[in-house]
Amino acid sequence: MTDAIPGKHRPAVVAAEGFPVLVERDRDQEAQAERRRPRKPTSWLLTVFMLICVGYFLFPLFWLVVASTKSNDDLFSSFGLWFADFNLVENIQTVLTFQDGVFIRWAVNSVIYAVVSAVGASFLATAAGYGFAKYQFPGSVALFSITLGAIMIPLAALTVPTYLLFAEAGLTDTYWAIILPSLATPFGVFLMRVYAADAVDDALIEAGRVDGVGELRIFFTIALRLLLPGSVTVLLFTLVATWNNYFLPLIMLNSADKFPLTVGLALWQSAAAGGGGAQALFSTVITGSLLAIIPLVIAFLFLQRYWQSGLATGGVKT
Amino acid sequence: MSTLVNAAPEVASTTPRRSRLTAAKRRQYGAAYVLVMPFFIIFVAMVVVPLFYAGYLSFYKERLIGGTSFVGFQNYADALTDPLFLSGIFRMAIFLVVQVPIMIALALFFALAIDSGMMKLAKFSRLAIFVPYAVPGVVATLMWGYLYGRDFGPFAQLSRALGFGPPPFFTENGMLFSIMNIVNWEFIGYNMIIIYAALRSLPSELYEAARVDGASEPRVAWSIKIPAVRPALLLTVIFSVIGTFQLFNEPKLMYPLAPNVIGTAWSPNLYAYNIAFVNQDANYAAALAFLLGIVIMIVSYIVQLSNQRKERRS
Repeated sequence: MTDAIPGKHRPAVVAAEGFPVLVERDRDQEAQAERRRPRKPTSWLLTVFMLICVGYFLFPLFWLVVASTKSNDDLFSSFGLWFADFNLVENIQTVLTFQDGVFIRWAVNSVIYAVVSAVGASFLATAAGYGFAKYQFPGSVALFSITLGAIMIPLAALTVPTYLLFAEAGLTDTYWAIILPSLATPFGVFLMRVYAADAVDDALIEAGRVDGVGELRIFFTIALRLLLPGSVTVLLFTLVATWNNYFLPLIMLNSADKFPLTVGLALWQSAAAGGGGAQALFSTVITGSLLAIIPLVIAFLFLQRYWQSGLATGGVKT
Repeated sequence: MSTLVNAAPEVASTTPRRSRLTAAKRRQYGAAYVLVMPFFIIFVAMVVVPLFYAGYLSFYKERLIGGTSFVGFQNYADALTDPLFLSGIFRMAIFLVVQVPIMIALALFFALAIDSGMMKLAKFSRLAIFVPYAVPGVVATLMWGYLYGRDFGPFAQLSRALGFGPPPFFTENGMLFSIMNIVNWEFIGYNMIIIYAALRSLPSELYEAARVDGASEPRVAWSIKIPAVRPALLLTVIFSVIGTFQLFNEPKLMYPLAPNVIGTAWSPNLYAYNIAFVNQDANYAAALAFLLGIVIMIVSYIVQLSNQRKERRS
């Protein structure tokens, strides 16, 4: 019991010591949790109840996997929650070749939108967050307050006016129409400011100054490395937000070859639900949906500690 | 420039030091602006300008005869008496008082359960509950739409096998439930993780003493843990308020499945979209977007205010 306590008050971020930080702390916490857990009796009632709840969250995904293995006819004729003839390979082939392989095009677009937006937004938020955390310059309070206030602005409500502006600038139906609006993440700046305040020791910056290192070089060569775990969190947030975005590309884009997966799948879906000859599309839409979520679900499972630490920063310090 | 900095530590007298300090300060300000400005330029261009543009547009009206003219608050007056817009706001208000509390309560319960250390498979449960957040809203709605569906949805299959008609997922009242369920499925895990992270960062001394004194785990959760994660709870509530009023993907994608129930104005955002792109009335759509933003700000403000009042009382 006693050995569980000393590490407990370790600050979220131990900067100057060297490398980050959040990852280690998270492992540390897991280890502590493991150590702490056996002391308490397991409640089987709670465990069983929780597993039933977990079933609810996994159930649609299970259905999606099952349905992806079925031919369109089997979708209608067999029971939804169990397998029929295994048709997954054919379904995937159909998805990838339907309409001259436009699905692959959509997937590539989704990757471009998500990666460019995420890297850009994360870099902008890191620089700004660090700037707000480590410098008190004329107007810093006002600018940061504006940024904070903007977290409350419903961005979807701004999408229509943004579209009208982009239409006048001739930017609609371009890649920029998706990337530019995704670059502004006030919440990312807020997170990075909170993060930078702890992650980069003032003494380290001061030492750099004394050694004659320019302010911006301090940022690029010293601070950036320490800020990396926070930046990755913002990157992941923006990545998922852009990958999952539907409203913005729906409004901004006209040409099917610029669509991301979300808009493309919704297009196929409405064709399928519209009935008529498009009914055969159901299995294609379902398999396409499965293919669309796999990369992100895997990314999530592998990078979950970043999520958690980032959300912790946001949740604890507000 | 670099010589100045190098010389700085050796400075003894006060007067030159002050001037050097200001030079250093000025350099720091310069660096700070260079760091902050790229974000701010994008922010102004993508958030502030559209905001003001929407405000500007909302004061004009395009007429078939006479072109665009300034109409003052006419669009707002229209919106505030527009039954379609008001019914959308009303529907979202129901959403807010029914779905959001259920979502936050379940997220809090799951977070406490996983944090309590009293269950097996805690890590697996945490991941499984969080995974839906990685699923795009479009795919989530597609999946649930099929699950609800009359043709090959398993619920309909089951109820047919038992001799009942199709379940009422797509009726007027059923749709509200159906969409609430989708939103719950998507976001309980996200909120749970925020709360769980806050629970994890509490120092264990905070509740270890209570445990030693024999307080039961629910008691510790209720009296110590929940008050301690209030800031995180507030964050989840505010994000939910913002998210709820902006609801778009779910009704938009449910439309092909139940066009008569969803209509053009199930949610205010769907209505603004239809006004802008189907009716081609950018001015009215801007007024709707602006009003929606104001409603969201007011509700978030009320949430924060009531929280502060509670905090002062306790």
